[in-house]
Parts: sequence; C-alpha cells; structure tokens
Amino acid sequence: MIAILTRDLRLAIRSGGGFGLSLMFFLIVVVLTPFAVGPEPQILSPIAGGILWLGAMLACLLSLDRIFALDYEDGSLDLLATAPIPMEGIVTVKALAHWLTTGLPLTLAAPAFGLLLDLPFSAFGLLTLSLALGTPALSMIGTFGAALTVGIKRGGLLLSLLVLPLYVPTLIFGAEVVRRGIEGLSIAPALMMLAGITAGSIALIPFAAAAAIRVGLR
Amino acid sequence: MQMVLRVSNLTCMRGGIPILANVSFDLHPGQILMLRGPNGIGKTTLLRTLAGLQPLHAGDIQGAEDQIAYAGHSDGLKSTLTVQENLLFWARIYGTSGIQAGLDAFDLMDLQDRKAHDLSAGQKRRLGLARLLVTHRPIWMLDEPTVSLDTNSVAQFATAVRAHCASGGSAIMATHIDLGLEAETVDLTPFKALAPIDDAFDEAFL
Repeated sequence: MIAILTRDLRLAIRSGGGFGLSLMFFLIVVVLTPFAVGPEPQILSPIAGGILWLGAMLACLLSLDRIFALDYEDGSLDLLATAPIPMEGIVTVKALAHWLTTGLPLTLAAPAFGLLLDLPFSAFGLLTLSLALGTPALSMIGTFGAALTVGIKRGGLLLSLLVLPLYVPTLIFGAEVVRRGIEGLSIAPALMMLAGITAGSIALIPFAAAAAIRVGLR
Repeated sequence: MQMVLRVSNLTCMRGGIPILANVSFDLHPGQILMLRGPNGIGKTTLLRTLAGLQPLHAGDIQGAEDQIAYAGHSDGLKSTLTVQENLLFWARIYGTSGIQAGLDAFDLMDLQDRKAHDLSAGQKRRLGLARLLVTHRPIWMLDEPTVSLDTNSVAQFATAVRAHCASGGSAIMATHIDLGLEAETVDLTPFKALAPIDDAFDEAFL
C-alpha cells in the first residue's frame, strides 16, 4: 500500500502530474476576488472565510478525475485489481495521495491567501483547522465520484454533478466554523459536524468506491 | 496428475451478453494452454473472467485465487517513471524482491534508467512482460503477449515462458502466432454461446 502512495506522489510531482494545479487555481480565485467585488476591507472581510472555503472546494474538484482515469487508461487499474491488495485499500491510499497533493497544500497555504482577502487575524487558526478537518472528506467523497465514473470517457461533467451535492455539507460547516469564529460564537457544533462528516466518509466510502470500481472494470 | 487450475462449465459474459458457454479445462504445472478462435469469440473475456476482473455467470473456477499474474492489452506502465521504478513498484505490490530476473529475461538492463515514455512500443511491451517475472505468480494469463515484439524479442519471450514452465509454473495465452512452444491448444469456437440467457437482464445491477 505504501508502494501505491509513493508511486502516486511521485507521479504527481513529475511533469504533467498536476501537483500545484489545485494550488494555482486556489490562488487565482483568491487574487481575482478583490477585483470582482471591490478591494474595500469592509466588503472583503466578512466574505473571506466563505470565498476561501469555496475556492478550496473547487480547487479540489479540479483534480478529481485524475484519481482513477489515468490508471484506467494505461491498464494499471486492471493490474492493481488482480494484485494481492484489497481494492478497499487501494481506494483509501489513492484518496490519501489525493489529499496529500491537494488538500494539505491548500490547508497550509490558506493563511497566506487569507491575508490577501483581509481575513481577520483571529480567524487564521480556525481557517486552517477547519480546512485540515474538512479537506479529507472532500478527497474521500471525490474518490467515490471518480470511482463511479471510471471507464467513462470524459466523465468529468458527470463526476462534477455527482460530487457537488455531496460536497455541500462540508462546505456549509467548514465556512460556518470560520464565520462563527470571527463573530465570537461557539464553534464547537460546526466543528463537530465537520469532523463527523470526515470520519463518516473515511469509514464508509472505501467500501462503496471499491464496489464501484469493480463494476466499472467489467 | 496434479492440477493448478480447474475450470468447469464456465459461462462468460461481456456487456451483459453471454459469449462463451460450458468452457471446461484443467491446467497442470508446467503446462501451456493456447487459446485460439476468431476475433470476438471471447478470448479476452475468458482471460479477464479467470483473472477475476469479470464476474462469471455460471460454472466454477478452482485454484485461481492469488495464483494469477494477468497481462492484458495494455502494459500498465507509468510514462513518467523509469523502467526500474515501474518494475520496483510491481515488486513491492506483490511483496517480492528483486527485479533483476525480469530485467535480464527481456534485455532491459541498458534501459533501466530510461523513462517509460521514451521507450518504443516493443520495449514497452517487454517491460510489461518483465512484470510477470517480478510477480512470482505461478499462472501467467497473457492476452496477445507478442503484439509489437520483433522476432528477437518473441524468442526472448518464448524462452521466458519455457523457463517459467520448467520451474513448475504454467501459462494460458491468447495468441495467433506460433511461438514454437510445447503447448496444448484450446479452440474456443465450439464454446460459443448460442441463445441469450434469460436472467441476463439483472447483470448490470449485480
């Protein structure tokens, strides 16, 4: 399993691997927002948390179709399916690799991008915390969507349609953590819901995604 | 005689339609089985079913679990990894060590630091076949293994298969060319499924 993780990370870093694509997209959203809505701090500050979460979610969505499509095209998914590793394990490791190449860099870069949107300093920690808790769910749910659309040529549209509604709860509670933090309210309920979504998707999705891939490979 | 794989009354489906019915054969250690038949008869489907990639509709396969190394039409190579990295990956997946045997058998020593996308089609195929040696699995399932290989490489491949069978392994392959191997031929034409099966409708939901 570690072999799959190191291979996926290596592939992501090598040319054409797509590492940095999500980060770049995130940067574009954040840099262009002040141009679109105006640079005044009183406009930017209240929406910064929401924009950052929205940007992170869309950036994550951008790289989903790479999770299985490339392995399917070059035949290695067939070979992995016949290898002595359970498909559930392969799916989990693939999701982890996706998170390490998109979710984690986004989480680490978010405070710097928060600065660009005039996010209050008090919310920097909360933004990082909510992204760290929420982005694994984005990767996990996205892996499920990618597994469902494996084998469909240019399944990107279908993938987005399938995944977007499933992303909504994570987005709501993730942005809610930041908003409540800024307003000085208790963040515990939103934080717990966010953690619950992540824990639930990590527990259940490997089985669903593995079943979807087995059907997709037929 | 001891057998490693027994297939009895197997019915294979492709896209919800049964295409092969009542296929039965035994595979013994050291034996090579050549699957023959016209295009579309179901050679690939049979191999994929045996490898566990497709569900079987009826019949029984004994002894396939964790015994099979499957090589399909595509080689499963990552173009941005080197020859060595590609083979090492599969060695780690199968929990084996040493890719030297694979590199030697298919003459890939000089190419091992080359990226896979810089290889020719024949070299890629050789790398794909070298993976079989790395898996240390006893049954090789090969789907058109000699595509894009030159005569020299075909001879290398035949030597590798012979060595594999001499050490107790066995192979099932779908190929149209004569490899000069001691092999038994199974013609799939008589197993062609005639009538569609009634409950085939549910296949998509199973």
